[in-house]
Amino acid sequence: MKTYDLLELAGRNLRESVLRNGLTTAGISIGVASLVAMLSLGSGLQDLANRRLSRSGLFDTVYVTSFRDFRESGPEERERKADVSKARPLDQSVQKDLESIPDVLEVEPEVRFMGEVRYGDATHAAFVAGLPPSDKGNENFEGMKGRFFASSHAQEAIVQMDFAKNLNEKDPNSVVGQDLILRYAERQSFRVDSDPSSGMSDSSGFSVVRKEQKLKIVGIIDQEPFGGMRSISRARLFIPTQLADDLNMMQYSDLRGITGDAVGQKTYLALVVRVTSAGRVQAVQDAIKRLGFRTYSILDATKGLRQFFAVLDLFLGIFGSLALAVASLAIINTLVMAVLERRREIGIMKAVGASDGDVKKLFFAEAGAMGLAGGILGVLLGWSIGRFINFGVNIWLHRRDLPPETIWSSPLWLIGAAIAFSILVSLVAGLYPAARASKLDPVQALKYE
Amino acid sequence: MTNTDAVAILASNVSRHHKLGTTLIRAVDEVSAEIKKGEFVGLLGASGSGKSTLLNLIAGLDRPTAGSIEVLGRNLAQMSSEELSRYRRLKVGMIFQSFNLISSMTVIENVELPLRFAETERSKRERLVHEALDRVEMSHRLAHRPSELSGGEQQRVSIARALINNPLILLADEPTGNLDSRTGGEIINVIRRCNHELKMTVVMVTHERSIAEQVAERMILMTDGRITEQSPPAHEVCR
Ligand SMILES: Nc1ncnc2c1ncn2[C@@H]1O[C@H](COP(=O)(O)OP(=O)(O)O)[C@@H](O)[C@H]1O
Ligand SMILES: [Mg+2]
Repeated sequence: MKTYDLLELAGRNLRESVLRNGLTTAGISIGVASLVAMLSLGSGLQDLANRRLSRSGLFDTVYVTSFRDFRESGPEERERKADVSKARPLDQSVQKDLESIPDVLEVEPEVRFMGEVRYGDATHAAFVAGLPPSDKGNENFEGMKGRFFASSHAQEAIVQMDFAKNLNEKDPNSVVGQDLILRYAERQSFRVDSDPSSGMSDSSGFSVVRKEQKLKIVGIIDQEPFGGMRSISRARLFIPTQLADDLNMMQYSDLRGITGDAVGQKTYLALVVRVTSAGRVQAVQDAIKRLGFRTYSILDATKGLRQFFAVLDLFLGIFGSLALAVASLAIINTLVMAVLERRREIGIMKAVGASDGDVKKLFFAEAGAMGLAGGILGVLLGWSIGRFINFGVNIWLHRRDLPPETIWSSPLWLIGAAIAFSILVSLVAGLYPAARASKLDPVQALKYE
Repeated sequence: MTNTDAVAILASNVSRHHKLGTTLIRAVDEVSAEIKKGEFVGLLGASGSGKSTLLNLIAGLDRPTAGSIEVLGRNLAQMSSEELSRYRRLKVGMIFQSFNLISSMTVIENVELPLRFAETERSKRERLVHEALDRVEMSHRLAHRPSELSGGEQQRVSIARALINNPLILLADEPTGNLDSRTGGEIINVIRRCNHELKMTVVMVTHERSIAEQVAERMILMTDGRITEQSPPAHEVCR
């Protein structure tokens, strides 16, 4: 039988008992709707978590430290401890190397040191941290007072709210636009020409010179960006990373390496590597490890989180499918009824030349058509339910003065998969009735009653 | 014996037995018969004598439990179910006592149905349907459903359906059984025209000898699943 004949016959058979087939289709659509609703919720929650985490700037970031640094030590490091002194320090050449790894957006040194701030007549101590220009788009700076640095070399500062209160207790907001003086230690490298008479074998080193830099306060932020997770200690004053580099501000790492071979070189405590997308973090991390550095990313910490979402999706999918399984029983029931009811018709079709296969295909087509219709209706229904729930959640959030959120996401693949799954389930449900119809003995079916 | 080219249906020791528990019902029992191309045969017998069973065996709707049936030189017993459906589609047309039209379909749709299974091109279908309905004089009620037609009209439509694929053999199982004698006579005439004008081989089951005598060139009488009489006798026909 040609396809259009098959579809035409299937269509007219479905129309013949509109109520029964309509109810069955409604059953399928409810099943599909619950599946779509469950998976949309799962996918929406995962998106929400990803969005929150990726906008936090933590998800696409890898922290690189040298094995010279004893800051942390795991079993992996204890093994290597023997050649710690030979480990490569984090210097500008490493920065270049890391920048050339595919999918790396930028490599910035982590700048963090203790500084002294003079504002008006008073002097304050504060941890100072550098911020790379890419942080400008980060959510941490969304609600800030004032603005982000004008350029990566700008002689500007952003202060944390608590620090602003230290500077001006009565009206902390007024510090924006004011100048402050930052006192810091400048690192000046030197080389000593070898002098055998002095008995010294070292030929290079650095000296520390106290310097001052005038900075203009351009903004205030409520909290340290990234919840302070990027650092070992909370910073209260922020300057452009490049400016810190330009001014050769001395850092911990300089003191730590003071007895090493590379004293003359400028090294960094840590390099912060930004990756194009969270999905590429693992690959970049592996590449950096191969270069012989220690890495850390939030990905390491969120493995459990991703596992949680996989399990959540699985459970939501199982519950959603349950309704569809019930619907598939409705299809079997409807079609078995139809086979009984249309016994004579099936006998007639066989008598005028329908093959077993034609009869089977006809019932399959009817099952598939119900599956398709149920799938489309179900997706629409599921989508509406999702909109509705999302709407409700946002009203709830609004009452609590929280910003609106999308906890619902029905990606195209989900919609396509739901319809395809609905057709598949319907066809599987049609297997038994179709086989029964095709095996029907035409002689029995045509017996005159 | 006869030239095999001229034989339409050749049954050799055909049996169709049904097992019901421990009893064996011999619906058709070791029947042998030969029907020539273009012949009009009346199949007579009391109710339950096995006429319908034999007709269904010839139609390929049923399979014999023993023996063989050759139609147009091919043994139905050796055909796959796919081949049998193809055979039914193209070589035989069937008419029933109860018309067996599909009640949800119009006249046109009922007559068109075999063309769907034969995968006839859409563009040719309308002409074929109208030709068939013209032949049975039913061109005036195309959009009606069977329930809106009289018994005679329904039987005409079912004949049109049987003719649509231009088969070589027409099998009719008590085609006048549900009709009054006048209408029955008209239907018999339509079937006779199929035999005369279209050169179709016709096997018509009936339990009324008078009806068979009007049209049939030969009559086969069945009793309890066996052929008990042929008139004129088989040897005369063969001559
Ligand atoms: N499926 C079946 N199971 C058991 N007996 C059957 C079956 N089909 C037909 N028969 C029996 O076979 C005999 C012949 O039936 P049938 O060919 O319909 O007779 P007719 O058409 O001559 O009235 C009857 O006795 C009937 O009861
Ligand atoms: Mg009968």
